[in-house]
Amino acid sequence: MKIVVLLKMVPDVVEELEIAPDGKSLDTTYLRMILNDSDNHALEEALLLKERHGGKVCLLAPDAPEVDDALFAALAKGADRAVKIAGIDAAEGTRAVVARIVQALSTADLLPADLILTGAQAIDDLDGLVAPLLAQTLRWSHLSVVNQVRFDASTGVTTVTKEFPGGLRAEFEIKLPAVLGIQSAEKPPRYVPVAKVRAAMKSLQIDSTTVPIAAGMPALEIQSMAKPSAAGHAEMLEGLPEAVAGKLCDVLAAHGLL
Amino acid sequence: MSGNIWVVAALCRGRLLDATYEAVALGRELAENLGTKLEVLLLGHELKDVLGTLGIADAVLCVEHAALADPVPEVHAHVVARLAGTRHPQAILVPQTNVTWELGSLVAGELGVPYVNSCTELRMVEQTLEAHTVLYGGKVEAIVRTKHAPSIFGLVSGVRAVEKGYADHAPATERITEVDVQPTSVQLRRYLEPEAGDIDISKEEVLVGVGRGIETRDNLEVSKELADVLGGAICGSRPVIDQGWLPLSRQVGKSGATVKPKLYIAAGISGAPEHVEGMKGSGLIIAINSDPQAPIFQVAHYGIVAKLLDVLPALTEAIRSRSRRGMKQYA
Ligand SMILES: Cc1cc2nc3c(=O)[nH]c(=O)nc-3n(C[C@H](O)[C@H](O)[C@H](O)COP(=O)(O)OP(=O)(O)OC[C@H]3O[C@@H](n4cnc5c(N)ncnc54)[C@H](O)[C@@H]3O)c2cc1C
Ligand SMILES: Nc1ncnc2c1ncn2[C@@H]1O[C@H](COP(=O)(O)O)[C@@H](O)[C@H]1O
Repeated sequence: MKIVVLLKMVPDVVEELEIAPDGKSLDTTYLRMILNDSDNHALEEALLLKERHGGKVCLLAPDAPEVDDALFAALAKGADRAVKIAGIDAAEGTRAVVARIVQALSTADLLPADLILTGAQAIDDLDGLVAPLLAQTLRWSHLSVVNQVRFDASTGVTTVTKEFPGGLRAEFEIKLPAVLGIQSAEKPPRYVPVAKVRAAMKSLQIDSTTVPIAAGMPALEIQSMAKPSAAGHAEMLEGLPEAVAGKLCDVLAAHGLL
Repeated sequence: MSGNIWVVAALCRGRLLDATYEAVALGRELAENLGTKLEVLLLGHELKDVLGTLGIADAVLCVEHAALADPVPEVHAHVVARLAGTRHPQAILVPQTNVTWELGSLVAGELGVPYVNSCTELRMVEQTLEAHTVLYGGKVEAIVRTKHAPSIFGLVSGVRAVEKGYADHAPATERITEVDVQPTSVQLRRYLEPEAGDIDISKEEVLVGVGRGIETRDNLEVSKELADVLGGAICGSRPVIDQGWLPLSRQVGKSGATVKPKLYIAAGISGAPEHVEGMKGSGLIIAINSDPQAPIFQVAHYGIVAKLLDVLPALTEAIRSRSRRGMKQYA
């Protein structure tokens, strides 16, 4: 089974986020970039499929700060090849980004493939179009919010489980090739020791490919960005833990909860 | 700009999901604002049972076909795109449920028009549709404008109150049975029912919800102790369930349970929209988070910026000692 996993670096939202002086973007000065959470799950699902059915897992990611660390970590976990796409600029808009990804898939020799796995959503997106547009461009099928991919080698049938509301799930049979948005892998993403990542850095390499700009496709225009206005905001309780605990008890008692 | 406002209904096994009514409520405001009509697009098979509550809309376009019986996103999207191509709506609103997750983006892809997801607000400003959208797990809000008709908007859960979009009568209905059904390589096989948990968290009066901030499985013990003294149960956000630290039956949010306890204590939960949609109706919400910017503080009634391992045990102890004192009083 040949699987391509799309990876994207996004700001770590546990850190403080500041708006840049232009009022339309994030201030990148102190941003810590990490792999988008659901992309990590997409990678895990791909590695699980490879372990069960053999094949290759190739990673494709736009060049970005700290992306090498993420790609080497993924190689150390068992991915076979990593390719960076130089020069992708998200400000070009998703259609242009997808056009570049499609070109990179061919210039880097990643097609044909059976599956392209992406994260179900990148936390910095405006339109969530990457996976669906990619599927439509390639004329492959598409499902998202997926949390299990099963391949039955004896029948050649692939089934995909998608989350529905309230804990309900739906199982679909899907013909490959397909682009799937992975929400969660079947197992928590594996841990890889730093020593193994270092070893991968020494012995393995990351390929790079350049693709021309896809012109003429307008992006959504951001007028402004802001931290949400505190329409509703909690009453904050301050003090040492014991003092705060005391105040909380008063609140609970006032609500008849003690 | 002219053209009607469309809301694509979100149905799960023949039942309308609440997010549909929320979208209808927003669509109604937008239609008034623009002096145009609001139409609900209902796709499926044998749909008559669900029409009776959509009367807030001016009309329902009821698209019925055996091929639409199952929620296969690409089949539904193609039908919506074709209809939009002939009827020229001005905006298409899609509630972002798990069932309709792919729909708006696939329609936008097929029509080559803009899609804005995670919208919390939508209105006409200077002849342009302006949408507010949440990014970065709810930590940032962006305003985007699009002049393109149609543009497609994915709406986060809770954009309006369900009651505002709910009516006890049906609107005018147009039945469309001739549809262009695309062959598909995706087929629904079966539904997998939610596993019954040891308890039903939607019935608990007190819930202690833990998120990624709990850091390890062992740390769950402190939240259990707090839940015990309060006579409640523990539940979790998605990362805690994904780690296997709590069973799926304890997940709160978009893909999990919707809960409305008297008390919800959110510990180490950032407050992403997909979690908040499952617990925002709780009576009293108390949030403990080490990040003063965490969006959970916008929905909580009381907030504490602190490490949960400092606060939870202290709270447990304070409640214990109060109940001891209380008992002495009565002794
Ligand atoms: C289609 C879809 C469906 C989804 N369904 C669900 C769902 O059903 N339920 C759900 O929960 N999510 C769901 N999500 C995921 C959701 O978007 C968030 O990713 C998730 O809710 C984040 O969980 P969290 O708050 O625990 O983790 P994070 O966002 O990582 O937040 C952890 C928080 O803990 C704080 N923290 C860290 N250390 C400490 C400490 N020591 N003390 C106190 N605080 C600390 C941090 O400041 C941070 O705010 C869904 C997403 C998608 C795309
Ligand atoms: N610029 C990009 N390069 C590679 N993959 C991407 C890019 N943008 C998004 N993706 C992938 O597509 C998924 C969905 O992204 P989005 O459509 O932006 O929500 C992400 O989780 C990534 O796996």
